[in-house]
Amino acid sequence: MLTQRLLTSDKGGMLVLGILALTCILVPILNLAVPESSPLHVSTFTVTLLGKFLCYALLALALDLIWGYAGILSLGHGAFFALGGYAMGMYLMRQIGDRGKYGDPLLPDFMVFLNWQELPWYWHGFDMFWFAALMIIVVPGLLAWVFGWLAFRSRVTGVYFAIITQALTYALMLAFFRNEMGFGGNNGLTDFKDILGFSITADSTRIGLFLASGIALMVAYLACRYIVTSRAGRVIVSIRDAESRTRFSGYQVESYKLWLFVFSAVLAGIAGALYVPQVGIINPGEFSPLNSIELVVWVATGGRGTLYGAIVGAFSVNYGKTIFTTFYPEAWLFPLGLLFVLVTLVLPKGLVGLLGRFTRRKASKASEEDTP
Amino acid sequence: MNPFKHARNWSTKALPQKDPNFGHPLDTSHGPILYVEGVTVSFDGFKALNNLNLYVDEGELRCIIGPNGAGKTTMMDVITGKTKPDEGSVYFGQQINLLELSEHQIARGGIGRKFQKPTVFEALSVYENLELATAGDKRFWKTLTRELTGEQRDRIDEVLGTVGLAGSRSNDAGNLSHGQKQWLEIGMLLMQSPRVLLVDEPVAGMTGEETERTAELLTSLAGKHSVIVVEHDMAFVRSIARQVTVLHQGSVLAEGTMDQVQNDPKVIEVYLGE
Repeated sequence: MLTQRLLTSDKGGMLVLGILALTCILVPILNLAVPESSPLHVSTFTVTLLGKFLCYALLALALDLIWGYAGILSLGHGAFFALGGYAMGMYLMRQIGDRGKYGDPLLPDFMVFLNWQELPWYWHGFDMFWFAALMIIVVPGLLAWVFGWLAFRSRVTGVYFAIITQALTYALMLAFFRNEMGFGGNNGLTDFKDILGFSITADSTRIGLFLASGIALMVAYLACRYIVTSRAGRVIVSIRDAESRTRFSGYQVESYKLWLFVFSAVLAGIAGALYVPQVGIINPGEFSPLNSIELVVWVATGGRGTLYGAIVGAFSVNYGKTIFTTFYPEAWLFPLGLLFVLVTLVLPKGLVGLLGRFTRRKASKASEEDTP
Repeated sequence: MNPFKHARNWSTKALPQKDPNFGHPLDTSHGPILYVEGVTVSFDGFKALNNLNLYVDEGELRCIIGPNGAGKTTMMDVITGKTKPDEGSVYFGQQINLLELSEHQIARGGIGRKFQKPTVFEALSVYENLELATAGDKRFWKTLTRELTGEQRDRIDEVLGTVGLAGSRSNDAGNLSHGQKQWLEIGMLLMQSPRVLLVDEPVAGMTGEETERTAELLTSLAGKHSVIVVEHDMAFVRSIARQVTVLHQGSVLAEGTMDQVQNDPKVIEVYLGE
């Protein structure tokens, strides 16, 4: 009953989930079991790159849930991603222990460098993984709850909401740039050594992180499907299309928007937390408004309001970015801007909408041939 | 005017929200379900309603006609709580003073209103539109985790049959014809099991066939619900009306069967003209 509701009517989603599951099985085998000399071998570099893309896809999924279904355009979703990343970064910093450059058993290197004598209160507890894991969920969720409560209660919607979310991430970026904040200033947190006792640079750890990201993405996808196929999901779509009518039907619109926004922020936080150990650094640049805008382009390119479109978009745009920046590292913003304009003008339903049009045309042609 | 602001100022604690009868069973022992007595509403000195008296019986189908500016819409606004009158009283049954209640309380309490322009949720299917309108707990966590009960689903099927949309239950509401959208919206009102239905110009813009079916629908609803129809289309009114009330300049000019009011010299003078 539930699997039918979540999957059967969702062909594109099943396809994307199938490819993800296959990747999660094949990539570890091709990386660990196939010798490096073989042409089938997948390098650890590629594993990490794919792991990064999985985290981006999870972030895109989080945005599509609120933008595609509830019509809430957040231009600051990168902030929740970065907060989750910082929470994970703090745990990884505490794991370094006395192996840092200055060898202080308690203080991370940047604090020693700043002549700090003791650990700030908000760094306590991050030596324990369970606490860090809790904070990865609580910090983005709480910020989204407070921010969303204020914004939705005051009936801030549409472009105004987009602007204040942009301001939110920009303000956080400026704050995290300050050394006094105690998050490593503009260098951020880096030089990680190990996670849960495993060396962070080991191939097997990389595979583990890759798998964790893949599984997180698949579970999150199903959770999002659960929401959008529930009765609440239909109320959310009605809010997007006719907010005041939904209100008059007796639904408390603010509370629907708020819980959805909080859930989306938590997903973004988890994506950030999985991202940081794979790239080995988190710095205030992750709060940059540009990142959040790029995220919107991924979702728009993939096709919003489908969930799997967000995953397709995140992978294709980031793959394109990887290729492009190899040749012209500085010029990425031009194709990105061009892409956004083209998608808006030519592909309002994104890549998955384009594919859908193809299959429909084929189907209608086939039926025409059947009835001569 | 921001309609929401008004709604928020009303204390939701004043009355138990879950109880559609406001804690009393609706007392219609004297016949009428709706009492509108001596109601006057003025906007900047202009009297939209002037000492209006109207009684609607339980299960009755009542048509209200009158020239533009006669106060038809204002009267509906007063009954549904959108406009508060300067004078007069409006009772639902013999106990419930509607003037003390807010719009959503009145709506939940059993007076449904259908506006002229159809507003259905176009991205959802016909079935899902009715599901959304189903009475019940409407909080996020409940709608997230709970399916409709069998009883509620049966009710949806019943209403689909009543409004004649059983065949298009899984169609997108956006693809329905104008007439079908109107019926769907009436269906959405029926999901709340209202005692009184206020219907504003239901056949405006409908084809002849659609008008006929709407007439059948409204006639079939009478008896189970009290139905008040405001309409300009005389042929339509003639086809459904048992009791007709003619409004003129904010008060009742004549009341009776269609033949009686059509032969009333006062009515001929102000409205029917010929």
